[in-house]
Amino acid sequence: MLALIGTIPDKDFPLVSGIGTLKGDFLFLDGHQITVNRGTPALIAAAVMACDTLGLSMPFSFLVGDEGLGDGSRKLYGHLKAQLTSLRAKVITFHYLQPDVDWHNQILLALEEKGKLPVLVADAGFMYAAKMSGFAATYDLFTPDIGEMAFLADEVAPHPFYTRGFILHEEENVPSLIKKAFEGKNAAKTLLIKGSKDYICTKEMILATVDTPNVETLEAIGGTGDTLTGMVAALTYGGYSVARAATMAARANRLAGKLANPTPATQVAEIIKEIPKALEAVLDDAAKAQEQTCPTTRYAHG
Amino acid sequence: MALVFKAFKRKKGNTSKAKSPDRGFLSFHNTSEVIKAESVIRKNGWRVRVMGPPPELRTGCDLVIEFPLVEQLNILRLLKANKIAPIEVVPVDDPLLKPVDLFRATDYGEHLMVRAANMKLTIEKETLRIVNISGGGCPDVPYLGARLVGKDLRQAPPPREIGHTLCGYALQLAYEEIKRQCSL
Repeated sequence: MLALIGTIPDKDFPLVSGIGTLKGDFLFLDGHQITVNRGTPALIAAAVMACDTLGLSMPFSFLVGDEGLGDGSRKLYGHLKAQLTSLRAKVITFHYLQPDVDWHNQILLALEEKGKLPVLVADAGFMYAAKMSGFAATYDLFTPDIGEMAFLADEVAPHPFYTRGFILHEEENVPSLIKKAFEGKNAAKTLLIKGSKDYICTKEMILATVDTPNVETLEAIGGTGDTLTGMVAALTYGGYSVARAATMAARANRLAGKLANPTPATQVAEIIKEIPKALEAVLDDAAKAQEQTCPTTRYAHG
Repeated sequence: MALVFKAFKRKKGNTSKAKSPDRGFLSFHNTSEVIKAESVIRKNGWRVRVMGPPPELRTGCDLVIEFPLVEQLNILRLLKANKIAPIEVVPVDDPLLKPVDLFRATDYGEHLMVRAANMKLTIEKETLRIVNISGGGCPDVPYLGARLVGKDLRQAPPPREIGHTLCGYALQLAYEEIKRQCSL
Protein backbone atom coordinates (compact mmCIF):
# COMPACT_ATOMS: atom_id res chain seq x y z
CA MET A 1 0.00 0.00 0.00
CA LEU A 2 1.02 3.58 -0.74
CA ALA A 3 -0.15 5.92 2.05
CA LEU A 4 -0.42 9.69 1.48
CA ILE A 5 -0.90 12.05 4.41
CA GLY A 6 -1.69 15.76 4.53
CA THR A 7 -4.18 18.57 4.98
CA ILE A 8 -6.60 20.66 2.98
CA PRO A 9 -7.27 24.38 3.56
CA ASP A 10 -10.76 24.10 5.03
CA LYS A 11 -11.16 24.28 8.80
CA ASP A 12 -14.51 22.48 8.69
CA PHE A 13 -13.24 19.52 6.71
CA PRO A 14 -13.28 16.38 8.90
CA LEU A 15 -10.58 13.76 9.23
CA VAL A 16 -11.14 11.30 6.42
CA SER A 17 -9.23 8.37 4.99
CA GLY A 18 -9.61 5.97 2.13
CA ILE A 19 -8.91 5.40 -1.52
CA GLY A 20 -9.61 8.48 -3.59
CA THR A 21 -10.81 8.68 -7.17
CA LEU A 22 -10.35 11.49 -9.67
CA LYS A 23 -13.00 13.04 -11.84
CA GLY A 24 -12.08 16.19 -13.76
CA ASP A 25 -10.41 18.69 -11.43
CA PHE A 26 -11.80 16.99 -8.33
CA LEU A 27 -10.69 14.28 -5.97
CA PHE A 28 -13.43 12.20 -4.34
CA LEU A 29 -12.51 10.71 -0.99
CA ASP A 30 -14.77 9.18 1.63
CA GLY A 31 -17.83 10.99 0.25
CA HIS A 32 -16.11 14.37 -0.06
CA GLN A 33 -15.38 16.35 -3.22
CA ILE A 34 -12.04 18.18 -3.08
CA THR A 35 -10.48 20.55 -5.62
CA VAL A 36 -6.99 19.47 -6.70
CA ASN A 37 -5.61 22.90 -7.43
CA ARG A 38 -2.90 22.92 -4.77
CA GLY A 39 -1.35 21.23 -1.75
CA THR A 40 -1.92 17.64 -0.68
CA PRO A 41 -4.91 17.09 -3.01
CA ALA A 42 -2.58 17.92 -5.93
CA LEU A 43 -0.07 15.39 -4.59
CA ILE A 44 -2.79 12.74 -4.25
CA ALA A 45 -4.11 13.47 -7.74
CA ALA A 46 -0.63 13.07 -9.24
CA ALA A 47 -0.07 9.83 -7.32
CA VAL A 48 -3.45 8.45 -8.39
CA MET A 49 -2.64 9.21 -12.04
CA ALA A 50 0.82 7.71 -11.73
CA CYS A 51 -0.45 4.55 -10.02
CA ASP A 52 -3.06 4.18 -12.72
CA THR A 53 -0.41 4.56 -15.45
CA LEU A 54 1.84 2.05 -13.71
CA GLY A 55 -0.98 -0.44 -13.16
CA LEU A 56 -0.67 -0.27 -9.37
CA SER A 57 -3.31 -0.36 -6.67
CA MET A 58 -4.59 3.11 -5.80
CA PRO A 59 -3.05 5.05 -2.88
CA PHE A 60 -4.69 5.22 0.52
CA SER A 61 -4.97 8.82 1.74
CA PHE A 62 -5.44 10.54 5.09
CA LEU A 63 -6.74 14.11 4.95
CA VAL A 64 -7.93 16.64 7.48
CA GLY A 65 -8.91 20.30 7.31
CA ASP A 66 -6.27 22.72 8.59
CA GLU A 67 -5.90 26.40 7.66
CA GLY A 68 -2.64 26.78 9.53
CA LEU A 69 -3.86 26.78 13.12
CA GLY A 70 -2.49 23.27 13.53
CA ASP A 71 -5.67 21.89 15.11
CA GLY A 72 -6.45 19.61 12.18
CA SER A 73 -2.85 18.44 11.95
CA ARG A 74 -2.78 17.52 15.64
CA LYS A 75 -6.00 15.57 15.28
CA LEU A 76 -4.49 13.72 12.32
CA TYR A 77 -1.22 13.06 14.19
CA GLY A 78 -3.20 11.44 16.99
CA HIS A 79 -5.12 9.30 14.53
CA LEU A 80 -1.96 8.27 12.69
CA LYS A 81 -0.23 7.24 15.88
CA ALA A 82 -3.07 4.82 16.57
CA GLN A 83 -3.86 3.65 13.03
CA LEU A 84 -0.91 4.06 10.69
CA THR A 85 1.07 1.04 11.77
CA SER A 86 -1.82 -1.35 11.21
CA LEU A 87 -1.97 -0.41 7.53
CA ARG A 88 1.34 -2.14 6.76
CA ALA A 89 2.06 0.43 4.06
CA LYS A 90 5.04 -0.15 1.79
CA VAL A 91 5.57 3.55 1.14
CA ILE A 92 4.36 6.46 3.30
CA THR A 93 4.47 10.08 2.12
CA PHE A 94 3.98 12.87 4.67
CA HIS A 95 3.09 16.28 3.28
CA TYR A 96 1.39 19.54 4.38
CA LEU A 97 1.19 19.14 8.15
CA GLN A 98 1.84 21.65 10.91
CA PRO A 99 5.52 21.12 11.82
CA ASP A 100 5.49 19.71 15.35
CA VAL A 101 8.57 17.88 16.55
CA ASP A 102 6.87 16.13 19.45
CA TRP A 103 4.14 14.67 17.26
CA HIS A 104 6.67 13.83 14.55
CA ASN A 105 8.69 11.81 17.04
CA GLN A 106 5.64 9.97 18.32
CA ILE A 107 4.66 8.93 14.78
CA LEU A 108 8.19 7.83 13.92
CA LEU A 109 8.54 5.90 17.15
CA ALA A 110 5.21 4.13 16.56
CA LEU A 111 6.42 3.06 13.11
CA GLU A 112 9.76 1.89 14.48
CA GLU A 113 8.13 -0.12 17.23
CA LYS A 114 6.19 -2.02 14.60
CA GLY A 115 9.35 -3.40 13.02
CA LYS A 116 10.91 -2.77 9.62
CA LEU A 117 10.20 0.77 8.50
CA PRO A 118 8.36 1.34 5.23
CA VAL A 119 9.89 3.65 2.63
CA LEU A 120 9.44 7.08 4.19
CA VAL A 121 9.04 10.20 2.05
CA ALA A 122 8.68 13.65 3.65
CA ASP A 123 7.86 16.93 1.96
CA ALA A 124 6.53 20.32 3.09
CA GLY A 125 5.76 20.86 6.79
CA PHE A 126 6.47 17.31 7.85
CA MET A 127 9.91 17.55 6.27
CA TYR A 128 10.55 20.66 8.41
CA ALA A 129 9.61 18.70 11.53
CA ALA A 130 11.75 15.74 10.43
CA LYS A 131 14.77 18.02 10.02
CA MET A 132 14.20 19.72 13.38
CA SER A 133 13.77 16.37 15.13
CA GLY A 134 17.31 15.24 14.36
CA PHE A 135 15.99 12.06 12.72
CA ALA A 136 16.20 13.23 9.11
CA ALA A 137 18.47 10.36 8.11
CA THR A 138 15.74 7.87 9.03
CA TYR A 139 13.82 9.05 5.98
CA ASP A 140 14.39 7.65 2.52
CA LEU A 141 13.56 10.82 0.61
CA PHE A 142 13.11 14.55 1.16
CA THR A 143 11.89 16.68 -1.74
CA PRO A 144 12.92 20.29 -0.95
CA ASP A 145 12.85 23.21 -3.34
CA ILE A 146 15.86 25.49 -3.37
CA GLY A 147 14.62 27.68 -0.49
CA GLU A 148 13.97 24.59 1.61
CA MET A 149 17.33 23.14 0.61
CA ALA A 150 19.02 26.20 2.12
CA PHE A 151 17.01 25.54 5.29
CA LEU A 152 18.22 21.92 5.40
CA ALA A 153 21.77 23.17 4.88
CA ASP A 154 21.48 25.58 7.83
CA GLU A 155 21.95 23.42 10.91
CA VAL A 156 20.48 26.00 13.27
CA ALA A 157 17.46 27.27 11.30
CA PRO A 158 14.19 26.02 12.87
CA HIS A 159 12.18 26.96 9.76
CA PRO A 160 13.03 28.31 6.27
CA PHE A 161 11.90 31.73 7.58
CA TYR A 162 15.05 31.80 9.74
CA THR A 163 17.60 30.54 7.21
CA ARG A 164 20.75 32.59 7.62
CA GLY A 165 21.76 35.01 4.88
CA PHE A 166 25.20 33.57 4.21
CA ILE A 167 23.60 30.23 3.39
CA LEU A 168 20.88 31.81 1.24
CA HIS A 169 23.67 33.47 -0.72
CA GLU A 170 24.87 30.00 -1.68
CA GLU A 171 21.69 29.07 -3.52
CA GLU A 172 23.51 29.11 -6.84
CA ASN A 173 25.90 26.53 -5.43
CA VAL A 174 23.56 23.61 -4.83
CA PRO A 175 26.33 21.01 -4.30
CA SER A 176 27.61 23.10 -1.40
CA LEU A 177 24.13 23.18 0.18
CA ILE A 178 23.82 19.42 -0.30
CA LYS A 179 27.16 18.84 1.40
CA LYS A 180 26.18 21.05 4.37
CA ALA A 181 22.82 19.30 4.76
CA PHE A 182 24.38 15.85 4.87
CA GLU A 183 27.23 16.94 7.14
CA GLY A 184 24.71 18.41 9.58
CA LYS A 185 22.68 15.17 9.46
CA ASN A 186 19.72 17.20 8.24
CA ALA A 187 19.08 15.25 5.05
CA ALA A 188 17.17 12.09 4.23
CA LYS A 189 19.08 9.20 2.66
CA THR A 190 18.18 10.62 -0.75
CA LEU A 191 17.32 14.19 -1.70
CA LEU A 192 15.35 15.31 -4.73
CA ILE A 193 15.99 19.06 -4.97
CA LYS A 194 13.45 20.84 -7.12
CA GLY A 195 14.73 23.81 -9.10
CA SER A 196 15.73 25.09 -12.52
CA LYS A 197 17.94 22.01 -12.44
CA ASP A 198 16.68 19.13 -10.31
CA TYR A 199 19.30 17.26 -8.28
CA ILE A 200 18.99 13.68 -7.10
CA CYS A 201 21.67 12.91 -4.55
CA THR A 202 22.78 10.83 -1.60
CA LYS A 203 25.41 11.53 1.03
CA GLU A 204 28.08 10.12 -1.25
CA MET A 205 27.29 11.76 -4.56
CA ILE A 206 25.02 13.55 -6.95
CA LEU A 207 23.41 10.64 -8.75
CA ALA A 208 21.63 12.58 -11.46
CA THR A 209 20.54 16.01 -12.55
CA VAL A 210 17.48 16.75 -14.65
CA ASP A 211 17.10 20.05 -16.48
CA THR A 212 15.10 19.17 -19.58
CA PRO A 213 12.61 20.03 -20.77
CA ASN A 214 13.30 23.46 -19.35
CA VAL A 215 9.98 25.12 -18.45
CA GLU A 216 10.92 28.24 -16.48
CA THR A 217 7.38 29.14 -15.52
CA LEU A 218 6.87 25.96 -13.48
CA GLU A 219 8.55 27.49 -10.43
CA ALA A 220 5.83 30.10 -10.15
CA ILE A 221 2.97 27.61 -10.34
CA GLY A 222 1.74 26.50 -6.94
CA GLY A 223 1.48 22.71 -6.68
CA THR A 224 4.16 21.65 -9.18
CA GLY A 225 6.36 20.47 -6.32
CA ASP A 226 3.40 18.54 -4.92
CA THR A 227 2.81 16.72 -8.22
CA LEU A 228 6.48 15.78 -8.35
CA THR A 229 6.37 14.31 -4.84
CA GLY A 230 3.17 12.43 -5.73
CA MET A 231 4.81 10.86 -8.76
CA VAL A 232 8.02 9.88 -7.00
CA ALA A 233 5.96 8.24 -4.25
CA ALA A 234 4.01 6.22 -6.82
CA LEU A 235 7.12 5.17 -8.73
CA THR A 236 8.81 4.08 -5.49
CA TYR A 237 5.70 2.11 -4.61
CA GLY A 238 5.95 0.57 -8.08
CA GLY A 239 9.31 -0.94 -7.19
CA TYR A 240 11.80 1.56 -8.57
CA SER A 241 14.65 2.51 -6.28
CA VAL A 242 14.13 5.87 -4.58
CA ALA A 243 16.83 7.56 -6.66
CA ARG A 244 15.58 6.07 -9.91
CA ALA A 245 11.99 7.01 -9.07
CA ALA A 246 13.08 10.55 -8.23
CA THR A 247 14.89 10.94 -11.55
CA MET A 248 11.99 9.57 -13.56
CA ALA A 249 9.46 11.71 -11.66
CA ALA A 250 11.56 14.84 -12.20
CA ARG A 251 11.55 14.19 -15.95
CA ALA A 252 7.84 13.36 -16.05
CA ASN A 253 6.91 16.46 -14.05
CA ARG A 254 8.80 18.72 -16.43
CA LEU A 255 7.29 17.00 -19.43
CA ALA A 256 3.77 17.30 -18.00
CA GLY A 257 4.51 20.98 -17.48
CA LYS A 258 5.67 21.41 -21.04
CA LEU A 259 2.63 19.59 -22.43
CA ALA A 260 0.36 22.02 -20.56
CA ASN A 261 2.12 24.96 -22.29
CA PRO A 262 1.94 26.99 -19.10
CA THR A 263 2.27 30.67 -18.22
CA PRO A 264 3.05 31.79 -14.65
CA ALA A 265 -0.73 32.14 -14.22
CA THR A 266 -1.48 28.50 -15.08
CA GLN A 267 -3.02 26.44 -12.27
CA VAL A 268 -1.57 23.04 -11.45
CA ALA A 269 -4.78 21.19 -12.36
CA GLU A 270 -3.90 21.85 -15.99
CA ILE A 271 -0.56 20.13 -15.51
CA ILE A 272 -2.00 17.16 -13.61
CA LYS A 273 -4.09 16.31 -16.67
CA GLU A 274 -0.89 15.77 -18.65
CA ILE A 275 0.73 13.40 -16.15
CA PRO A 276 -0.35 10.11 -17.77
CA LYS A 277 1.04 11.13 -21.16
CA ALA A 278 4.25 12.48 -19.62
CA LEU A 279 4.83 9.45 -17.43
CA GLU A 280 4.18 7.06 -20.32
CA ALA A 281 6.85 8.87 -22.33
CA VAL A 282 9.36 8.66 -19.48
CA LEU A 283 8.61 4.97 -18.93
CA ASP A 284 9.08 4.32 -22.66
CA ASP A 285 12.40 6.18 -22.65
CA ALA A 286 13.53 4.32 -19.55
CA ALA A 287 12.64 0.98 -21.08
CA LYS A 288 14.65 1.84 -24.20
CA ALA A 289 17.66 3.35 -22.54
CA GLN A 290 17.85 1.09 -19.47
CA GLU A 291 19.54 2.65 -16.45
CA GLN A 292 20.46 6.29 -17.10
CA THR A 293 21.20 7.41 -13.56
CA CYS A 294 24.94 7.11 -13.49
CA PRO A 295 27.07 8.83 -10.86
CA THR A 296 28.17 12.18 -12.21
CA THR A 297 29.67 14.24 -9.43
CA ARG A 298 31.45 13.48 -6.22
CA TYR A 299 31.63 16.12 -3.53
CA ALA A 300 34.90 17.82 -2.80
CA HIS A 301 36.42 16.66 0.47
CA GLY A 302 37.46 18.96 3.27
CA MET B 1 10.99 -4.91 22.73
CA ALA B 2 14.48 -4.63 21.29
CA LEU B 3 13.25 -2.17 18.71
CA VAL B 4 11.54 -0.05 21.33
CA PHE B 5 14.74 0.06 23.30
CA LYS B 6 16.72 0.92 20.18
CA ALA B 7 14.40 3.79 19.34
CA PHE B 8 14.47 5.06 22.91
CA LYS B 9 18.24 4.80 23.07
CA ARG B 10 18.57 6.64 19.79
CA LYS B 11 16.36 9.42 21.06
CA LYS B 12 18.28 9.64 24.30
CA GLY B 13 21.52 9.70 22.37
CA ASN B 14 20.34 12.53 20.22
CA THR B 15 21.55 15.20 22.57
CA SER B 16 23.75 16.96 20.03
CA LYS B 17 20.62 18.26 18.32
CA ALA B 18 18.73 21.32 19.45
CA LYS B 19 16.61 20.92 22.57
CA SER B 20 13.53 22.93 21.60
CA PRO B 21 13.85 23.36 17.85
CA ASP B 22 10.22 24.25 17.24
CA ARG B 23 9.77 26.68 20.15
CA GLY B 24 10.19 30.44 20.31
CA PHE B 25 10.51 33.11 23.02
CA LEU B 26 8.38 36.23 23.34
CA SER B 27 9.99 38.97 25.41
CA PHE B 28 8.12 41.89 26.99
CA HIS B 29 8.81 45.21 28.70
CA ASN B 30 7.52 44.14 32.09
CA THR B 31 6.14 41.24 34.09
CA SER B 32 2.53 42.38 33.99
CA GLU B 33 2.63 42.21 30.19
CA VAL B 34 4.02 38.68 30.43
CA ILE B 35 1.20 37.61 32.73
CA LYS B 36 -1.45 39.19 30.53
CA ALA B 37 0.03 37.68 27.36
CA GLU B 38 0.30 34.22 28.93
CA SER B 39 -3.32 34.37 30.00
CA VAL B 40 -4.55 35.44 26.54
CA ILE B 41 -2.47 32.84 24.71
CA ARG B 42 -3.46 29.99 27.03
CA LYS B 43 -7.12 30.97 26.82
CA ASN B 44 -6.88 30.48 23.06
CA GLY B 45 -5.64 26.93 23.39
CA TRP B 46 -1.86 27.10 22.99
CA ARG B 47 0.62 25.33 25.22
CA VAL B 48 3.03 27.97 26.50
CA ARG B 49 5.22 28.39 29.55
CA VAL B 50 6.78 31.31 31.35
CA MET B 51 10.47 31.09 32.10
CA GLY B 52 13.69 33.05 32.53
CA PRO B 53 15.26 34.48 29.38
CA PRO B 54 18.51 33.11 27.91
CA PRO B 55 21.60 35.32 28.25
CA GLU B 56 21.50 36.21 24.54
CA LEU B 57 18.12 37.86 25.05
CA ARG B 58 19.10 41.04 26.82
CA THR B 59 15.98 43.09 26.25
CA GLY B 60 12.87 43.20 28.39
CA CYS B 61 12.08 41.95 31.87
CA ASP B 62 13.33 38.81 33.57
CA LEU B 63 10.57 36.57 32.22
CA VAL B 64 9.79 35.33 28.71
CA ILE B 65 7.04 33.17 27.23
CA GLU B 66 8.00 30.02 25.36
CA PHE B 67 5.55 29.24 22.53
CA PRO B 68 5.23 27.10 19.33
CA LEU B 69 7.45 29.08 16.96
CA VAL B 70 5.76 28.06 13.74
CA GLU B 71 2.51 29.64 14.92
CA GLN B 72 4.17 33.00 15.48
CA LEU B 73 2.01 34.97 13.04
CA ASN B 74 -1.22 33.83 14.64
CA ILE B 75 -0.03 34.45 18.19
CA LEU B 76 1.29 37.93 17.35
CA ARG B 77 -2.06 38.82 15.79
CA LEU B 78 -3.83 37.62 18.93
CA LEU B 79 -1.57 39.72 21.15
CA LYS B 80 -2.06 42.77 18.95
CA ALA B 81 -5.83 42.37 19.18
CA ASN B 82 -5.36 42.43 22.97
CA LYS B 83 -3.09 45.48 22.77
CA ILE B 84 0.00 43.58 23.91
CA ALA B 85 3.20 44.20 21.99
CA PRO B 86 6.20 41.93 22.60
CA ILE B 87 9.62 43.52 22.27
CA GLU B 88 11.12 40.59 20.48
CA VAL B 89 10.27 37.17 19.05
CA VAL B 90 13.17 34.72 18.69
CA PRO B 91 13.81 30.97 18.28
CA VAL B 92 14.57 29.28 21.62
CA ASP B 93 17.63 27.40 20.44
CA ASP B 94 19.27 30.36 18.75
CA PRO B 95 17.84 33.70 19.89
CA LEU B 96 20.21 35.58 17.60
CA LEU B 97 18.55 34.24 14.44
CA LYS B 98 16.70 36.83 12.40
CA PRO B 99 13.97 36.45 9.77
CA VAL B 100 15.15 36.27 6.16
CA ASP B 101 15.82 39.58 4.49
CA LEU B 102 16.98 38.34 1.11
CA PHE B 103 14.52 38.45 -1.78
CA ARG B 104 14.80 37.02 -5.25
CA ALA B 105 12.76 38.41 -8.14
CA THR B 106 12.15 36.62 -11.45
CA ASP B 107 10.81 38.65 -14.36
CA TYR B 108 8.78 36.49 -16.75
CA GLY B 109 7.89 39.41 -19.02
CA GLU B 110 4.18 39.78 -18.37
CA HIS B 111 4.56 38.33 -14.88
CA LEU B 112 6.77 39.01 -11.88
CA MET B 113 7.63 36.50 -9.15
CA VAL B 114 9.21 37.41 -5.81
CA ARG B 115 10.52 34.80 -3.40
CA ALA B 116 11.19 35.25 0.32
CA ALA B 117 12.69 32.17 2.00
CA ASN B 118 10.47 29.29 0.86
CA MET B 119 7.50 31.35 -0.36
CA LYS B 120 6.86 32.68 -3.86
CA LEU B 121 4.27 35.21 -4.96
CA THR B 122 3.57 35.87 -8.66
CA ILE B 123 1.56 38.69 -10.19
CA GLU B 124 0.50 39.76 -13.65
CA LYS B 125 2.31 43.06 -14.12
CA GLU B 126 -0.31 44.88 -16.15
CA THR B 127 -3.30 44.14 -13.93
CA LEU B 128 -1.41 43.55 -10.63
CA ARG B 129 -3.51 40.43 -10.19
CA ILE B 130 -2.02 37.71 -7.98
CA VAL B 131 -1.84 34.69 -10.29
CA ASN B 132 0.03 32.13 -8.20
CA ILE B 133 1.44 31.34 -4.78
CA SER B 134 3.94 28.52 -4.50
CA GLY B 135 6.47 26.99 -2.13
CA GLY B 136 6.07 26.66 1.62
CA GLY B 137 5.13 23.73 3.81
CA CYS B 138 2.80 24.84 6.59
CA PRO B 139 -0.92 24.14 6.18
CA ASP B 140 -1.86 27.79 5.73
CA VAL B 141 0.01 27.92 2.40
CA PRO B 142 -2.77 26.21 0.41
CA TYR B 143 -5.23 28.33 2.42
CA LEU B 144 -3.43 31.54 1.51
CA GLY B 145 -3.33 30.39 -2.11
CA ALA B 146 -7.08 29.82 -2.10
CA ARG B 147 -7.71 33.24 -0.52
CA LEU B 148 -5.27 35.35 -2.53
CA VAL B 149 -4.94 33.93 -6.06
CA GLY B 150 -7.08 35.95 -8.46
CA LYS B 151 -7.12 39.03 -6.19
CA ASP B 152 -5.76 42.45 -7.12
CA LEU B 153 -2.53 43.06 -5.22
CA ARG B 154 -3.82 46.49 -4.15
CA GLN B 155 -6.97 45.04 -2.58
CA ALA B 156 -5.81 41.63 -1.40
CA PRO B 157 -5.61 41.19 2.38
CA PRO B 158 -1.99 41.12 3.58
CA PRO B 159 -0.90 37.54 4.33
CA ARG B 160 -0.12 38.55 7.93
CA GLU B 161 -3.83 39.24 8.45
CA ILE B 162 -5.09 35.87 7.24
CA GLY B 163 -2.07 33.55 7.56
CA HIS B 164 -1.10 31.75 10.76
CA THR B 165 2.42 30.36 10.49
CA LEU B 166 6.00 31.25 9.63
CA CYS B 167 5.27 30.33 6.00
CA GLY B 168 2.48 32.91 6.12
CA TYR B 169 4.97 35.38 7.56
CA ALA B 170 7.46 34.62 4.75
CA LEU B 171 4.68 35.24 2.23
CA GLN B 172 4.01 38.57 3.92
CA LEU B 173 7.64 39.54 3.27
CA ALA B 174 7.32 38.53 -0.40
CA TYR B 175 4.06 40.51 -0.59
CA GLU B 176 5.70 43.63 0.86
CA GLU B 177 8.67 43.29 -1.49
CA ILE B 178 6.55 42.85 -4.62
CA LYS B 179 4.49 45.89 -3.62
CA ARG B 180 7.69 47.84 -3.15
CA GLN B 181 8.92 46.76 -6.58
CA CYS B 182 5.58 47.84 -8.10
CA SER B 183 5.83 51.19 -6.25
CA LEU B 184 2.57 50.55 -4.38
